[in-house]
Amino acid sequence: MSLVSNATVLLGKELRTEFRSRELLTTTVVFILMVVVLFSFTFDTSSGESRKFAPGLLWLAFLFAASLMLQPCFLREQNNDTLSVLRLSVSDPFAIFLAKLAANTLFLLFTELLMLPVFSIFFNVPVGGVVPQLVLVFFLGSLGISVAGTALSAISAQARMRELMLPILLLPLLTPVLIASAEATAALLDPAHAFRKDWVAFLAIFDVVFLTALWLFGEYLLEE
Amino acid sequence: MSEPAGVLGIRFDKIDKRYGGLYALRRVSLEIAKGECVALVGRNGSGKTTLLRIAARLARPTSGTVTFVGGPAGDDSRVTPVGFVAHATMLYDELSAEENLLLFGRLLGVPEVSLRVAELLRETGLYDRRASMLRTFSRGMRQRVAVVRALLHRPSVLLLDEPATGLDSVSVEWLARTLRQLRDSGCTILMSLHSESEISALATRAVRLDAGAVAGDSATAGSVGAILSWSVAG
Repeated sequence: MSLVSNATVLLGKELRTEFRSRELLTTTVVFILMVVVLFSFTFDTSSGESRKFAPGLLWLAFLFAASLMLQPCFLREQNNDTLSVLRLSVSDPFAIFLAKLAANTLFLLFTELLMLPVFSIFFNVPVGGVVPQLVLVFFLGSLGISVAGTALSAISAQARMRELMLPILLLPLLTPVLIASAEATAALLDPAHAFRKDWVAFLAIFDVVFLTALWLFGEYLLEE
Repeated sequence: MSEPAGVLGIRFDKIDKRYGGLYALRRVSLEIAKGECVALVGRNGSGKTTLLRIAARLARPTSGTVTFVGGPAGDDSRVTPVGFVAHATMLYDELSAEENLLLFGRLLGVPEVSLRVAELLRETGLYDRRASMLRTFSRGMRQRVAVVRALLHRPSVLLLDEPATGLDSVSVEWLARTLRQLRDSGCTILMSLHSESEISALATRAVRLDAGAVAGDSATAGSVGAILSWSVAG
């Protein structure tokens, strides 16, 4: 079986188990909703200033929600030692990562798009007209979070203080993604609706670099 | 039970496995011939599970090598030709028995996987429960699915880590019957055991591990029965 076939089969498993339990999606949606609503109460969202700080708050909410979502990614595989049998069954261990990061990206993107209208209403920021560009920024940002997060989830699942380990490792590493995504989103939400190619390119490069590193070294993260 | 394709033997050459300063295995050298059924016995912590996980290539030895001998020349497939049954079921509780088996069958590239899964589920008497979530299964039923999962791709080498633990007498009988068929069809079997049972009676050779080293081997001295009974008494 090729890498892509293995990853597709595993992605099907990830989606099936999540849509059956809805654990990750529910947790993430509720978390982001709470943060967006609470932030909107804390700041004055009637002024034009909200366009400047709201994207940063939104991406912070996405980042914290992602760290919650990524935590069980590999921990689930430890319950019945299923990770071992996956390693025995796939022709390339990267297929395991590929399936997990694809599932995480999809879950995160789905949650972000679901929260976009809520954010628009609570922060008084119209998003109509820039939705396709926003989807691109959300996708690249989510992919960056998922690639780095999936790798770190594999590491932290074997660590002693695993619940603490993932956010400690993940949040500093994702600072560049946070900055680039927030800047690109802020530019899009500005009345000028500027599409900042430099930040979008930065996100794309971050994704490619981390994907390549995961492809090269991912196998070692799964070893006992 | 169909005959495994390309039956292999296993060669462990001077295997050391160290966790920090603690030796789990010490200079273990064993040659298991094609079609042998070897019982690996020893006290808890003697290194049985570690040796099995190294054989399955799930753990890397600190030094030494493991080789599958007698495979087709030039076959450098990364997927090991082994079926592995561990303490844990290695199955997903939130999937049904059939979904679990189809998942691993597809990953392993089993041809006509649906037919193969249905055939094995019928053999194990679990066909009527195929759509039930695994979490609703008893320990014995889960273990049956775990064994079926390990046999899906007709492995040439079967590694079992205390496969009878927690099984009732009916399930042990089923497991013994299944392993006997596999042994008779030429599959190489390496299984860790901690008590004499119907399963240990299938062994054609017994190896005793003590503190990570080989302390007895019926291939060089003593009979299978003597090593098994010594281990139980010890």
